Amino acid sequence: MSESTATGITAIAQHTSGVEIVLDRVVKVYPGQQAPAVQDFSMTVAPGELVMFVGPSGCGKTTTMKMINRIIEPSSGSISIGGRDVLSLDPNELRRHIGYVIQQIGLFPHMTIAENIATVPKLLGWSKPRIAERVDELLETVQLDPGTFASRYPKQLSGGQQQRVGVARALAADPPVMLMDEPFGATDPITREKLQAEFLRLQESIGKTIIFVTHDFDEAIRLGDRIAVLSDRSRIEQFDTPANILAEPANDYVASFIGHGAALKRLALVPVEEATLGAAVGTSGAPTIEFAGNLRDALDVLVLTGLPAVDVVDEQGRAVGSLSVDRISAVLGAELPGRTAGSRAGAR
Amino acid sequence: MTVTTETQAIGATRVAEAPARPRFFTWRRFTTPIVVVVVLALLLLWVSTLQLDSIEQRTLNWSYITLRVGEHLSLTVVASALVAVLAIPTGILLAKTRSATVRNVILAIANIGQATPAVGVVILLAILWQTGYTTALVALVVYAFLPVLRNTMIGIQQVDANVRESARGMGMTPNQVLTRIEVPLAVPVILAGLRTALVFCVGVATIATFINAGGLGDMIVNGLKLQRYPVLVVGAVLVACIALLIDWIAGFAEDLLKPKGI
Repeated sequence: MSESTATGITAIAQHTSGVEIVLDRVVKVYPGQQAPAVQDFSMTVAPGELVMFVGPSGCGKTTTMKMINRIIEPSSGSISIGGRDVLSLDPNELRRHIGYVIQQIGLFPHMTIAENIATVPKLLGWSKPRIAERVDELLETVQLDPGTFASRYPKQLSGGQQQRVGVARALAADPPVMLMDEPFGATDPITREKLQAEFLRLQESIGKTIIFVTHDFDEAIRLGDRIAVLSDRSRIEQFDTPANILAEPANDYVASFIGHGAALKRLALVPVEEATLGAAVGTSGAPTIEFAGNLRDALDVLVLTGLPAVDVVDEQGRAVGSLSVDRISAVLGAELPGRTAGSRAGAR
Repeated sequence: MTVTTETQAIGATRVAEAPARPRFFTWRRFTTPIVVVVVLALLLLWVSTLQLDSIEQRTLNWSYITLRVGEHLSLTVVASALVAVLAIPTGILLAKTRSATVRNVILAIANIGQATPAVGVVILLAILWQTGYTTALVALVVYAFLPVLRNTMIGIQQVDANVRESARGMGMTPNQVLTRIEVPLAVPVILAGLRTALVFCVGVATIATFINAGGLGDMIVNGLKLQRYPVLVVGAVLVACIALLIDWIAGFAEDLLKPKGI
């Protein structure tokens, strides 16, 4: 490996809290195929951003993602991570600094959970005590007790637990960039929702730059800072925040992807604090909605109780106002502002 | 001091919570050796009741029998070891080669080795080359090559593509993927191939007698030619017992050597 390559990789690795990814007119043509699988794909992902690639199967979203860590080599175009040209780096060294999670997880069945997680640190030549410490730390991060799980084998774990190990393994060497290919796709709905919530909490504290591929639009809305809706040959139909895409789909293709219930999906993204509250009703015993909740929850309470208005309470449980169906509609009627960091946190 | 104790304690709990290893010492596992011992005891009892003539006495004595058993085991074990050393690396190379032609040619050669009747391989080699132990050894290697070669290839190719992709995705070099992931995961299949080869060799080694390479084939063929059935029966039963015991030992080794977790 040349010296410049080494410094390039070190530069990527030093920014452990997320770096910029730039794809510029990236093309992939498979040998023997006329039409490219990915055509002129350009995108800039900001440091610490979680970008969702959504599209039907076969649209090239996975191919696009896999070109970033060169599991698939691009035919032309350029890709850079943290300002370093990915194509000039040694692919094996590069991959050790990019977290990689796939749907089928791909844990090594003949290695214990601890050994699985230690894979990349071992490749990077970390000392044994440092690796052991990191393994325990990561198992706790993904809420698996190290004493119980470290020495187990993958087949002794449930699907959800295996996927947590998959995420822990990808995070092992603290890479600035993570590539995730439908990581929660093979789990049951309850486990999936739990994993998604944990993942969001985790991402809030680690702030990696993440490319996340999914075909589930609801998952994209729930997790993404921005969503890229892709059609054939990885063409970007719309690339925007979930709220903006829901409010203004760029074309029929995007609209069809959102499906029914766009208004309800939008409400789930808007915190109660963005609505203009009416006077508190103060009906004793009636259900209330917390100030930190979202408008969808508020509407849910209204529909369920049949009351004209629901009281909004603050953290101390004091009623600070009320919400009615009219007031909720008014928020959607008004132009939706782009989501800020604060409003995202509230939306969860 | 305290620290050490603590570490040990943690280690101990981990071991305790790890899954119980499969139990090795069960009655079921020891059925084969028990059967073999019983059969050999009955054989000894039967022979001791017989009035042996001078021809029979020349073969049915301890020194002659141990010599033949020794030759037989030597042929079997040395041939199998050679097969392991030659066929496993070839199988790995074949699994990794991109050229279908190379793969097909080598598989075809190995197939010919096995498809030709064992007697044919032994006699042909003796005619073309020489008689004796070395020739018998080469014939056995040719004959037992295919199961190990094919199992090694299949063992490596059957490794889950997702496991391979995640290994590559984490930055393992192709060699690291091979040595740390593919070969360990192929071990059970490779061992099964070796076990087949060992049992093949026990059987085929009886033919070594035709080219003056010794083994228990001597007893069987002499017994037949001279119409001394006790000699024939003792030779045949011993070969069968060796085959059963070797298969049993190989099965035991398989359980011990296969990676935990799969």
